[in-house]
Amino acid sequence: MIISFVLDGEARTLEVDGGARAVDILRESCGVTAPKEGCGTGECGACTVLVDGVPRLSCLMLAAQLDGRAVITAQGLASDGPHPVQEALADLGGVQCGYCTPGIAVTAAEFLERHPDPTREEIREALSGNLCRCTGYHKIVDAVEDAAKRLGSGCGRDE
Amino acid sequence: MPSVQTIGSRSRRFDAMDKACGRERFASDEYPEGMLWAGALRAGVPHGVIRGMDTARAKAMPGVVAVLTAEDVPGENRQGFIHWDMPVLCGDKVRHAGDAVALVVAETREVLSEALASIILDIESLPVVDGLDAALAPDAPRVHDLETGNILKEATLRKGDACEALTHCAVIVEETFFTPQQAHCFLETENGTARMDEDGTLHMTVSTQAPFRDRFEIGRALGLPPNRLHLTAPYLGGGFGGKDGATVQCLLALAAMHAGGRPVKMWWSREESLLAGYKRHAARMHFRLGAEADGTLTALVCDLDYDTGAYAHLGVEIMALGLEHASGPYRVEHLEANGRCVYTNNPVAGAFRGFGVAQVCFAFEGVMDRLAAKLDMDPLELRAKNALRPGDRNGVGVGMISSTGMKECLAGLRGHPFWQSRDQWVREAPPLTRRGVGIAAVHNGMGYGRGLADSAVAKVRLTEEGRFRVYNSVSDMGQGNSPTFVQMACEILQQDESLMELVQPDTERSHPSGSSSAGRTTYTYGNALIKACEAMRDKLLHRAAMVLMVDDASVLELVPGAVRHAVTGQELPLAALVGMLHPDDRFCIGEAMMPVTQDVPEGGEAFRLGFPHLIFPYAAHLARVEVDELTGNVSVSDYVAFTDGGRVLNPQNFEQQVQGAVAQGLGYALWEDCFAEGGRLLTTDLSNYVIPGAGDLPDIESHAVETEEQSGPFGMKGIGEVGMNGPLPAVASALLRMGLPMTRAPFTPERILAAFDGDNS
Ligand code: FES
Ligand code: FES
Repeated sequence: MIISFVLDGEARTLEVDGGARAVDILRESCGVTAPKEGCGTGECGACTVLVDGVPRLSCLMLAAQLDGRAVITAQGLASDGPHPVQEALADLGGVQCGYCTPGIAVTAAEFLERHPDPTREEIREALSGNLCRCTGYHKIVDAVEDAAKRLGSGCGRDE
Repeated sequence: MPSVQTIGSRSRRFDAMDKACGRERFASDEYPEGMLWAGALRAGVPHGVIRGMDTARAKAMPGVVAVLTAEDVPGENRQGFIHWDMPVLCGDKVRHAGDAVALVVAETREVLSEALASIILDIESLPVVDGLDAALAPDAPRVHDLETGNILKEATLRKGDACEALTHCAVIVEETFFTPQQAHCFLETENGTARMDEDGTLHMTVSTQAPFRDRFEIGRALGLPPNRLHLTAPYLGGGFGGKDGATVQCLLALAAMHAGGRPVKMWWSREESLLAGYKRHAARMHFRLGAEADGTLTALVCDLDYDTGAYAHLGVEIMALGLEHASGPYRVEHLEANGRCVYTNNPVAGAFRGFGVAQVCFAFEGVMDRLAAKLDMDPLELRAKNALRPGDRNGVGVGMISSTGMKECLAGLRGHPFWQSRDQWVREAPPLTRRGVGIAAVHNGMGYGRGLADSAVAKVRLTEEGRFRVYNSVSDMGQGNSPTFVQMACEILQQDESLMELVQPDTERSHPSGSSSAGRTTYTYGNALIKACEAMRDKLLHRAAMVLMVDDASVLELVPGAVRHAVTGQELPLAALVGMLHPDDRFCIGEAMMPVTQDVPEGGEAFRLGFPHLIFPYAAHLARVEVDELTGNVSVSDYVAFTDGGRVLNPQNFEQQVQGAVAQGLGYALWEDCFAEGGRLLTTDLSNYVIPGAGDLPDIESHAVETEEQSGPFGMKGIGEVGMNGPLPAVASALLRMGLPMTRAPFTPERILAAFDGDNS
């Protein structure tokens, strides 16, 4: 089948197999490798992307489900320069191997839109679907807290 | 950001922003043009004889490029880099369910999985050796045909006469402890791509901790000359030891040899990774510790059995570290440590952060806590009283002539509010909740140890544009060695980070250095890099002296982007200076080797490689733990770590290492267990093999105890491993103080509830 969607702000039309997974289409056919695969079964969150603004696990979606949607990956999140949450993750040490980070960045960015002033507990809960094997989460939580401040004070991204 | 990142400053990692923005390319992000997919058929049976294999249907499928079996493997068909006992493809016998028996190369992933499913495998099952008891039984079936039965290696380390000394002790404690197999669960599973070019050179990009050594392992297994193997190792999406040694390498190389020059990709699924990837050794540890009435440790006798699974991998070396660290970071006059490394039909065990030491810390700290209770002593004071000091000899007799900050770490805990207020915190437990505060003192030898040259060769280049390029040659699996290399180069060359470039390991561009492992990565390559950068600085100052027409280079200094005359302020841009240098003259190389101890304990001859160690990082950990009396659920409310890693080069990176290791250690303590029954793994994916998520862990407080390690780059020691060793004993220590003397990890609710009923088995 043929699907059309907007990927990180760019319109794409491509022919896909009905059974193809969204994560593979994004990575292989579109060359956008920010969504990572860590499990393929919805446990790790590394493949998270925003579909029409909502965090979705691209390993559990069919490519067909992207038709007509707008998809934002961590790469797209940084298209006008790093998003404040990406800045904060980098500045505060929330990044080690970095394999979980693109998924965490999009999850956290969307969460902060809904919860501009979260507690650490709320941040931990929001990230509970994103596994990270390197950091122990402490600095990731620090970073999301800090990004909330950056966003709130308007000193984040230059628009 | 400061303009020149100085050593000791908290600064953002050089690699962080690209990773945060999803721009960094890992090995798994490579999809070369015209690529094929390779995949292995796994035995599915833990122990058996291969009677036959019908690959006809797979071979006939459109889109299948090759179906390979053991007969197609040239060379020795054996993997492993110290003990090569693991076939690339099994031909006659399978020894664990994850053994690879056939390899398929296909146009697409769909065809690949269909072809793999169509292979008919006829395996006659053999009785399964499902654990230590089964393996050590007198009439046990043999996993390998060894004269020693299933014992791969047996060894005893001795200092003094521990059995004799025990008979004179005022007090003796005794216990047996068990630890599970733990999976690394790096988020990026094992993968790589490979292509064989026309002249027979095999190019590979692999998620690997040891690109240089891989060439020898692949070469030997497949009969290829190592210099025809070209490996690149981009940033890894985690490693922790699980990518130290061939994972996809040999299979992938074999696939590429049958792909007609096309690139091939292999990427294990999470299920395949759990089934076929390496694990931390499960261990059984029986300890007898004796002390004088005032708590002075006198003698330790212990028996350690490590389940190495179906193949040796690094089992012997891992057991050696277990024996070496069995008496903890303490002075113990008499030691007898007996070890056996045992084959079973369980998944293959191998290197994992805390390499054999994470296991014994549970046992050693467990008996220390029992001793403290028996003597009615404060557990922290008992530890402090016996803690190794500079000049002491450790458990196996090695003189502590390197930096030794164990006492200082414990002193940090002693003064910490969580320790000071421990009784009050316990008293204030909510209803139906038990509370305990536990501590642990741990250490972890650094580097390969004696007998195995631990060396690195660093290269730094001045580019055409007048920038500096560091050629890293030890993989960065996330621990942050390579950004630290940039920081070191910035400091010595006095450059801004923006003038730095960093190349990840590439066997054609960088120079041979050891693996990313053993806490030696930053230390060894760092020492080499310091020399390379100092040589570069001196070279540039001398060349600039000619241009600036001064006869004394000491009046010149490097400043960001230029050489500057300190007196006149005149500057010569590096971009201009580079034009005067011959291309061959634009790089500098430095090399370093880690020092080793000359003290070899009795029994140590059994370990030719990697034993004993000279330099140790130390740590003291504290956990505030709560147990729900109704559900048996254990939660850690607060965690504190004091770590002696020598000088801290970047506090941010230091804390990352500690916090990440503690998280992995808490997973080990509370949840993680590769549960196999009859050799069949039941924890097959991340829904039933549980690693901690953000909601499961507390904030982790990290404090540095900065000793100065004279031999280390800028005084540092490697802390990648030591943090892993504290959480299990610290949590166990808290549980013991609540009346739950746990001896088997992980501390699942079922085990806790059983312990409430007095059952600790
Ligand atoms: S890869 Fe999608 S959740 Fe793990
Ligand atoms: S940084 Fe490695 S998995 Fe999160």
